Amino acid sequence: MTIDLHESDSVRLLGNARRGFSGTVQALKGGNAESSLSAAELESRLIELGFVEGARVEVLHEGLIGRDPIAVRVENITVAVRRREAMAVVVI
Amino acid sequence: MEAALYNIVLVGTPNSGKTSLFNALTGSRQKVANYPGVTVERKQGFFVTPRGRQVSLIDLPGTYSLRGRSPDEEITRDVVLGRAKGETLPELVLCVADATNLRLAIRLVLEMKHTGRPMVLALNMFDIAKRRGVTVDVPALSAALGIPVVTSIAVRKGGTDELLQLTDTIAAEATQIARENDWRPHSVAELRATQREADRIIKETVSLPARPDTWTARVDSVVLHPVFGLIILAAILFVMFQAVFAWAQPVMELIAGGFELLGQWVQATLPAGLLQSFIQNGVISGVGSVIVFLPQIIIIFLFILLLEDFGYMARAAFLMDRIMGGAGLHGRAFIPLLSSFACAIPGIMATRVIDNRRDRLTTILIAPLMTCSARIPVYTLIISAFIPAKQVWGWINLQGLVMFGLYVVGITSAMAVSALIKFFMWRDDAPAPFMLELPDYKLPRLKSIAIGIYTRAMMFLQRAGTTIFAMMVLIWFLASFPQAPVGATDPGIDYSLAAIIGRFIEPVLAPLGFNWQIAVALIPGMAAREVAVAALGTVYSIEGGKEAAEQIGQVLATKWSLATALSLLAWYIFAPQCASTLAVIKRETGGWRWMWITFFYMLALAYAASLVTYNIARSFGAG
Repeated sequence: MTIDLHESDSVRLLGNARRGFSGTVQALKGGNAESSLSAAELESRLIELGFVEGARVEVLHEGLIGRDPIAVRVENITVAVRRREAMAVVVI
Repeated sequence: MEAALYNIVLVGTPNSGKTSLFNALTGSRQKVANYPGVTVERKQGFFVTPRGRQVSLIDLPGTYSLRGRSPDEEITRDVVLGRAKGETLPELVLCVADATNLRLAIRLVLEMKHTGRPMVLALNMFDIAKRRGVTVDVPALSAALGIPVVTSIAVRKGGTDELLQLTDTIAAEATQIARENDWRPHSVAELRATQREADRIIKETVSLPARPDTWTARVDSVVLHPVFGLIILAAILFVMFQAVFAWAQPVMELIAGGFELLGQWVQATLPAGLLQSFIQNGVISGVGSVIVFLPQIIIIFLFILLLEDFGYMARAAFLMDRIMGGAGLHGRAFIPLLSSFACAIPGIMATRVIDNRRDRLTTILIAPLMTCSARIPVYTLIISAFIPAKQVWGWINLQGLVMFGLYVVGITSAMAVSALIKFFMWRDDAPAPFMLELPDYKLPRLKSIAIGIYTRAMMFLQRAGTTIFAMMVLIWFLASFPQAPVGATDPGIDYSLAAIIGRFIEPVLAPLGFNWQIAVALIPGMAAREVAVAALGTVYSIEGGKEAAEQIGQVLATKWSLATALSLLAWYIFAPQCASTLAVIKRETGGWRWMWITFFYMLALAYAASLVTYNIARSFGAG
């Protein structure tokens, strides 16, 4: 399952989303994030925090410096992530 | 006796209310130790079921999966699988889930089922879930998961009755038989499939309210606000500092006074000699100088546990992550560093919340640079003796300004050291990820907090009674032997090993403006920084007559130059003058290496800072 990120304007990365954005997880792409974790490990951790395809997400809060990190509502819990790692979450 | 114990382990995701359930079941019958070879806390408690069965309950570190990404999570995995050294295979695994937030917990349960261990799921905080309109079809959930499910309310009396009865039934009838363990680390695809399965089960058995917890959302809209959030955080810290310094002061004075009276009583009762000196100066003042920090440690942990239980800690880490990140620190390093202002020991102990080893080591290395409360007596003594209490710019007290400056230098140098460590050792690595759940706010329960404070206070006292006590005896020995010859007029310490070492290192310290008396005082000052004050008193007391000892400050003002005093202040910002801290670093990092690294880098900084300070001061004519 590959997603062309330029295919549609509605496809975005959670790491670029601003406060107030709400959408649905479309895919996890560990390779998109310049994280210190491997792509598989990053995806595993994101899944363990509830980021699976189809999960509803909403960006609730942003940090002061560089609007980073972000607090994201994932279904019924709130998770804090840095934008760097959130780049692995493709949302729609 | 031992064989009759029924072994249960408690597993759950972070924030599942695991610890409050543990406290509710075991009360104060708890034993805190470390797992062999690692620095993970092993919390074991005991309770008796209604039918009289003795149960041992182990509270395992919270985890989202059995993959074992950190030493804590590895322990959880190994204990559940019966692989951990010295642990028996548990007879029952008690999974705890926050009933208001089942998604991640059910996924963990599904993964845990592969271990084949008999298992029970406790839906904790069921009262809160009910109030929020969450309804769970418990029998259906139990059928879907294939394990018994009970509801529990850890914080209410009788809230665990159902769980206790179920434990009895399972233990007596062995209704659940252990199966083969076919667990292996899940691949990404398997994790995803398990989460889907969990979501499907939840959809069938749980109905969620239309509106999420609005209270948490409303509080967060202020508390996590980029600007107001930081202001609130600063206000909380201000109150915390006030509490640590102001509230603890009377109790600390009481304790110090008590030990002093005890020492005087010993002096009056026992005949003068070695035994009297050992008990008075070695044992009583040694242990006393450590126990005097107990009130501060209790207050620090009261705040930490309250904020943790309330759910604020994760928010503080969120707010501080980028700000600390500028210095190469992780958001979670914030609380350990904050605690280090009271004492580096609880601060270093608190670094356990940082799961990345590099981030944790960096935090441990710089924690002793935070101005701990033991430096205050030394700072106060020197400042009041050498810095005039005049006003600058009309309204600022110069003495207070110098004190503030010492704190600022401590903080900025800690940040600089952290940035340097990052630059030289781990430059090419991307920072460790910051991913954590921001739990819903909950009202803290006093009983749970009290138990938490009690176990930490006991840990501290235990250490004061063993490692630190041994250090104190060693330092007393150095300061007392060999004894002064008969008819000697100088203080006894002048003839001791400490003086020999002091004179030996004096040439090294001379460029800093330190005389041999300071060099001698620095040795007992290794026991705890403020002991140096007493040691200076000892060294100078007999030289200047009896009354001089009571006014060390005035004596120092006549004996030292301003440059020497400033140089000693600079020394105390950096110097690794605390044997207890070094002992804790050795224990927490699991070896000597990082202890020596800390010791030498701080020593180098102290020497450089004092050298620069002394020479600058002299060039301004303060020599």
